[in-house]
Amino acid sequence: MRVSRSSLLWIGLFTVTWMLASYGKSMATAADMKWLIKYPNAWVFPLKDTISDMMRWLVEDAHFGLFTFTEATRALSWLIEQPYNFVRALFSDGFDRRIGRDAVQIVPPLSWIAVLAGVIALGHYAKDWVLAGIVGASFAYLAVFGQWESAMVTLASVMIAVPIGVGGGLMFGILAYRHPLFERLMTPVLDLMQTIPIFAYLVPILFMFGFGPVSALVATVIYAMPPMVRITTMALKAVDPEIKDFGVMTGCTTRQMTWRILVPAAQQSLMVGVNQVIMLSLNMVIIASMIGAGGLGFDVLSALRRLDIGGGFEAGIAIVILAIAIDRLSQAFAERSTMYVPTNSGTSFVARNPRTVIVGVILVIAMGLGQIIPFFQTYPEGQTLTTGAFWSDAVKYLNINYFDQFEAVKIFFLKGFMLPIKRFFLGVPWPWMIAMIVLIGWRFGGWKLALMNGLMAVFIVTTGLWAKAMITVYLCGASVIIASVIGIPFGVLAAVNKRAGRIIGVVIDTLQTLPSFVYLIPVVMLFRIGDFTAMIAIVLYALAPAVRYTEHGVGSVSADLIEAGVVSGCTRMQILTRIRLPLALPDILLGVNQTIMLALSMLVITALVGTRDLGQEVYIALTKADTGRGIVAGLGIAFIAIIADRVIPASARNARIRYGLEGGHD
Amino acid sequence: MTEQPKLACRNIWKLYGPDAESYLEKHPDPTLEDIRAAGLIPAVRDANIDIRDGEIFVIMGLSGSGKSTLVRCLSRLIEPTAGALEFHGQDLRAMSEREMIEIRRHKLGMVFQHFALLPHLTVLQNVAFPLTVQGQKKAAAEMRAREVINLVGLEGRETYYPRELSGGQQQRVGIARSLAVEPELWFLDEPFSALDPLIRREMQDEFLRLQGMLKKTIVFITHDFDEAIRLADRIAIMKDGAVIQVATPEELVLHPATDYVEEFTRHIPRAKVMSVGAIMERGAQGSGAGISQTAKIADIAAQVVAAQTPLAVADDRGQIVGAITREAVISVLVEQGT
Ligand SMILES: Nc1ncnc2c1ncn2[C@@H]1O[C@H](COP(=O)(O)OP(=O)(O)O)[C@@H](O)[C@H]1O
Ligand SMILES: [Mg+2]
Repeated sequence: MRVSRSSLLWIGLFTVTWMLASYGKSMATAADMKWLIKYPNAWVFPLKDTISDMMRWLVEDAHFGLFTFTEATRALSWLIEQPYNFVRALFSDGFDRRIGRDAVQIVPPLSWIAVLAGVIALGHYAKDWVLAGIVGASFAYLAVFGQWESAMVTLASVMIAVPIGVGGGLMFGILAYRHPLFERLMTPVLDLMQTIPIFAYLVPILFMFGFGPVSALVATVIYAMPPMVRITTMALKAVDPEIKDFGVMTGCTTRQMTWRILVPAAQQSLMVGVNQVIMLSLNMVIIASMIGAGGLGFDVLSALRRLDIGGGFEAGIAIVILAIAIDRLSQAFAERSTMYVPTNSGTSFVARNPRTVIVGVILVIAMGLGQIIPFFQTYPEGQTLTTGAFWSDAVKYLNINYFDQFEAVKIFFLKGFMLPIKRFFLGVPWPWMIAMIVLIGWRFGGWKLALMNGLMAVFIVTTGLWAKAMITVYLCGASVIIASVIGIPFGVLAAVNKRAGRIIGVVIDTLQTLPSFVYLIPVVMLFRIGDFTAMIAIVLYALAPAVRYTEHGVGSVSADLIEAGVVSGCTRMQILTRIRLPLALPDILLGVNQTIMLALSMLVITALVGTRDLGQEVYIALTKADTGRGIVAGLGIAFIAIIADRVIPASARNARIRYGLEGGHD
Repeated sequence: MTEQPKLACRNIWKLYGPDAESYLEKHPDPTLEDIRAAGLIPAVRDANIDIRDGEIFVIMGLSGSGKSTLVRCLSRLIEPTAGALEFHGQDLRAMSEREMIEIRRHKLGMVFQHFALLPHLTVLQNVAFPLTVQGQKKAAAEMRAREVINLVGLEGRETYYPRELSGGQQQRVGIARSLAVEPELWFLDEPFSALDPLIRREMQDEFLRLQGMLKKTIVFITHDFDEAIRLADRIAIMKDGAVIQVATPEELVLHPATDYVEEFTRHIPRAKVMSVGAIMERGAQGSGAGISQTAKIADIAAQVVAAQTPLAVADDRGQIVGAITREAVISVLVEQGT
């Protein structure tokens, strides 16, 4: 039998690898070939210095005929700054005029009462009173718990980043749809952008735009735009071919085709993209605050640096609440765009736009009263509540009373689970590991994938990042194993039990809207810094796709097959293990793939808690503004991500073909 | 040929697959097997049809036989791999993109199997859409749209969105929309196939009523032979991408070109397709004011059988040309039973 022979081969190879991991080091030392284990420094190619030099040349000397590179970035940053300053003044700072050396506020920012009324009206307009209530309560929370001002700064940057991200994504997406060549050039760039960790491009952005809100906005847009590009291209492709034919038959020009047929017909999917851009922008707020964004993100970051649990938690929760409110609102708008809403035309402006009028009236009254009674302008500081002390006390209590238990758990996992994996990856000689990576690529994706895997692995070795890369792989691998062990059963449960599914759905939704940093705060408090802490934070962050994809895969097994199982007398357990799980395997694999991607992007953040991986390398580069070092380490992470991202879907496809879910030959 | 056809299609080929064009240049007249062996998909093979002014030309064939591909080649929605198209004697394939846009805007209309309505527009906006694409003012376009909406019996539904309508109503919108620009040539690609059988019949009647008023030149696609028989002036039968017979329903039933065609026609009641002219006795005397010679036997059978004597038959101009006997009618009706 061919199958069992090839699996025997793989088992054999794994055993050899394991042996090499355990005894390779002593053998290499004995044979005086230590370079097999540790890549010699002398062989490292100084790519990072080359890149640093190039960046310096770009900023200092590069010239495009009429203007220099620096002038171009300055112009761009001026363009972004104008609307940002306006929105920020409107919501948070007020409009100033400089008189001599003092700034005099001539128009105050929007009164908090007016903003509250505005978002409630938006909620009602988008859906119903329930949504209006949720959104209103969220914003009221921000005011009452003293987060208003920071939240408005964050909101202002989201309001600038989102339209740019959506507009740019739409443009690139349309271009890619229209010109297959452009799409072919775009796809690998997008892949790279989505797998490359955010930190890696913070460094060059910082270098080009300087510390400040513009850098933060640029980073946010770069981070949030790729999904919009993809979703746009996909949505336009998915428009019913009959509708496209209709457009041609009506005699639409290319422009009419795009704007009057394709984009409106794809509206619903496009709104999913808009929602993604919003959520990713919010996800970026904390990281963006490292290069100059203020607001809630900055509050969390500085709290984290001060190890101020309470403060960090409060600002973190405020981000979550803001994210949930905006998320619900944008989703409601997405659904609304496909809902029938009767227009009562013909009547007066007031009758047609009752909400606008009410909000307008409230705005005028609140701003007017605000001149006399400050309460109407800004929520009084004395009236704010704080939960900071509560959180701090809770963590203190846990640490005092359960220190031993926490410590025991930590040591158990470190000794029994994490260290062996770490030793394995660090022990295998790098030439053997590269050979394995190439072999795996060849098995699942032919010689092209094998070649790509080989080149990327060689890049990592020759830039001297091998050890850090292996720590990255180990940390990521350990986290992904834990995330899968937890996530897959919950996904199965969610698929077979409706009620459990709903609860799990809410939990996962919340986990996903939480910006990644928020996880670090409590975990650091309980377990202090180190690999274990990093792993828990990664697991929490990367859990969602494992659950989601499993649920989708198990839940979407065709009803016929399940009925066939029932008819032939399978028990529920048998239906699950014999029918649903095997058929869901490809989806589960894709979920694991996504989990790996999230884990890798989280790794960089966990550098803050003292891991020694590529993430730390990027973090150091960021603090030292060492562009080349940051980019090379970022590429290293990206390459690990790309290898995983190519190999796993390829194996999922193999599984699909094996189960006859997709055409092709094994 | 006395009259120039509205649309003529000569040796149209459409093969899907890599390098289909060069393949066809090297092998000018490949058989089905040749094409498949070369790894290409034969969607349309050497189709020759003339669409005459004012007729309902039905293209009939099983699913996958190439009907949609052929009709899309006719309007250059799909570029044929080879062949020539003449619209009013003009070479359609030589037209520039710009000229094609003009022709499509003003001269062609198309109705789709799944309606292809724009989900974000109301009925009124959907119907006015082709007019606004031409650049007409909104008010004028909507006025014309209301006219055609009334024509298809949807008045009062102008502000509805497509998803609020039943399938039959949605297709009425599709029909109204394609008629709004008063096309000369009207393509319908299985317009009623997505509808329930009862609604389908109703829509066929509606379609005939409209055609009675508008007298368009129509290319109608269906996989349903009964539908073809009911609507067609002429039918083209397709199989594996090739047109195997073009004939009137009556000729198809009486003289099927191949066994394949005969298979289709077998269950069709002869009385439904045969006209009085086919079985009348030319020059014979009969009573009555004269039955039309183009009337279908099924429609006049009761009348003839009930009459004591043969009934007179008249031609298009009302001239008595012969008579039809009870026996002749009964033999057609009885033949069906066997
Ligand atoms: N874009 C395409 N690529 C490859 N094959 C196609 C394509 N479109 C149609 N075909 C094939 O051409 C044949 C004719 O299709 P079609 O014209 O849609 O048939 P019909 O409308 O009669 O059902 C079918 O075998 C179909 O699979
Ligand atoms: Mg078809």
